[in-house]
Amino acid sequence: MDAKDILGLPKISLPIPQEKKSRPQKDSQRKPDGISREVYALTGGVAPLMPSIDVNQLKKRQQPENEKITWEWLSFTNSARKDDLKLYHWVRVVNGTPPSGDYSFAKYNKSVDVIKYTDEEYEKHLTDDSWTKEETDQLFDLCERFDLRFVVVADRFPSSRSVEELKNRYYSVSRAILIARAPSPADVSGHPLVKEPYNISQEIDRKRALSMVLSQTKQQERKDAEILSEAKKIMESRMAAKAAQDAELAVTSNTSPEGMEKTTAPVETASPSNVQATSGVAPLMSMADNAASAAASLRMLRVYLRTYALDQMVQAASSSAGLRTIKRVEQFLQELKVNLKPKVPTKAVCAEHLELRKEILTLLNLQKLLQNKEEGSSYREGSYTETPDTPKDRSFIPDSVSFGAISTERVGKRDQKRKGPGREAPSSPAQSNKRPRKLKATDS
Amino acid sequence: MPQNSSKNHSSNQQLDVTGPTPKSPRTKMVRSSDDNEKKNLVKKLKDIEISVPIVYGNIAFWLGKKASEYQSHKWTVYVRGATNEDLSVVVKRVVFQLHSSFNNPMRVVESPPFELSESGWGEFEIAITLHFHSDVSEKPLHLYHHLKLYPEDDSGSLSVKKPVVVESYDEVVFAEPSEGLFARVQNHPAVIVPRLPAGFSLPPVPAEDADKRKRIDPKDNPLTQWFTNFSEADELLKLAAARQQVQAQIARVRRQLSLIDGQHQQQLKPPSEL
Repeated sequence: MDAKDILGLPKISLPIPQEKKSRPQKDSQRKPDGISREVYALTGGVAPLMPSIDVNQLKKRQQPENEKITWEWLSFTNSARKDDLKLYHWVRVVNGTPPSGDYSFAKYNKSVDVIKYTDEEYEKHLTDDSWTKEETDQLFDLCERFDLRFVVVADRFPSSRSVEELKNRYYSVSRAILIARAPSPADVSGHPLVKEPYNISQEIDRKRALSMVLSQTKQQERKDAEILSEAKKIMESRMAAKAAQDAELAVTSNTSPEGMEKTTAPVETASPSNVQATSGVAPLMSMADNAASAAASLRMLRVYLRTYALDQMVQAASSSAGLRTIKRVEQFLQELKVNLKPKVPTKAVCAEHLELRKEILTLLNLQKLLQNKEEGSSYREGSYTETPDTPKDRSFIPDSVSFGAISTERVGKRDQKRKGPGREAPSSPAQSNKRPRKLKATDS
Repeated sequence: MPQNSSKNHSSNQQLDVTGPTPKSPRTKMVRSSDDNEKKNLVKKLKDIEISVPIVYGNIAFWLGKKASEYQSHKWTVYVRGATNEDLSVVVKRVVFQLHSSFNNPMRVVESPPFELSESGWGEFEIAITLHFHSDVSEKPLHLYHHLKLYPEDDSGSLSVKKPVVVESYDEVVFAEPSEGLFARVQNHPAVIVPRLPAGFSLPPVPAEDADKRKRIDPKDNPLTQWFTNFSEADELLKLAAARQQVQAQIARVRRQLSLIDGQHQQQLKPPSEL
């Protein structure tokens, strides 16, 4: 109703005679008692025709009328108290008799049963070099008072001892007493104290690790997450390489220790992966092993050899290339009289080497692209898709097309080395070839 | 096993080297721990790496007349700084794992010079493990070197005077070194240390007296005369020349591509225009 007012729409009344009857009713209801009009409007303005809750579903109050209920202000005692303090509260009295039973909250007064030892027991089983009897007694007294809240106990302990030391003393004493009092060792062997004794050094380490994780900065968190994801990726690629390689080139990888350590000492996770890098592995590293992740994995290792780093980067760079392309790159390098693995791998030399390899890859790709474009222009067919960026070797290129485009003697050499079906006309320096072919195309 | 004096590259029983042995040995990485301690000295310097150039290999002398069936050569396997500097600044000890036919095949060298001499007749792979000081790295580094006794050429010209020398150059890279380590080694000749970006201040570290530091005197070690001098200049020149060639070719191919593209455009136009 009001919305239509706001919108300025005319109030269209439904031409139902019932509406007219109910409207005067509504009008009278519009002035409810006690609540403002807007609040009443929240309920829908009119009381619902159907009740939202079925009254029959509600539980009937189980109060037969024969009983007389009164409420009285009575005193009570609390069994959890040591004194006899009597307090007062309202009590529901049925037929004149007050309720019986203990104070209902007394059952929550639980306490830890701290072991009490006698002096002889102390002399026999519990003496320790670093703890006097007095200190031990004080410890146990505090433990009982504060319900084994060791942090509080440590705070109140007269001499300064760490929480772990207190815990260690308490648990070892309790354990010794337990074993001493047990009729036979088998009886108590199931007791948790006996089965898993308190390990103080482990606890100290655990807490230290926990505090380190807690105090990690955002950056370190991110770094850890990044390292773990790199580790996972490397693990997976190692698995793939392992599955595909011969037994001769065994690739080892450490996987499970890392996963298990994560649960105990999250900060001290060791970075993974033993790696044996051989240049033949490159084609099997088909997973996305790009330069950034290779660099990250190197940084993760902290200590590595330059030659290893170079191998990783080379693999990363040629991860998208097929085995044949990689062989061609290496041939190219040999023709340029460059060592496949640099003899003096300093930082500068390795960087140059990597760049050279990348440039050779680029050159080879461009040459392929050129070749395809030439085919396209000479045949003028759409069947040769001109997507030359696929680095995979395109073995379906018919060998009858000569390598006319690329005019170096090297090409001739390379063609001869190729193990494809024989080629009739080995290429000759191209420019002259190109023109006649082009003319042919346009002529036809 | 009777020995042929000329070409006997077969190594002892199980250690047959199958396939081509690469010039620079395989490297095996070991787990290194990711230490996140916050103490200042241990704080890691990000994006900075320290590298220590090393050379490792062996020198083998034929014993000539004194050679017996089982002791034909006297050889020394070693790890040294590339310019004969003292490696003990980062290296705590070196473990050489020899063939199992040797007594105590695991030999530990605790102090420089990190070398091991032995006599024998066979060539095999030696696993060299570098253990570093605790502030450098928790985990050791493994290298592999194939012991070479016989010269490459088959002429069989074994000479007592001239040894067979096979050395490999490599650099040990420490990524993100701790501040303490950096301060400690920044002035040591064995270590290549980059310039710190401006604004970095290192904690004060007691400066080592240059005189106190042990210097390897060439006179002490008679093998020094046989060491190869590895220079990166030659390799850099070749690489630069190669890169230039490749870049020129790339430019040429690109030009051809653009030519073709241009022609393509022209060929495609006639049907629509005319």
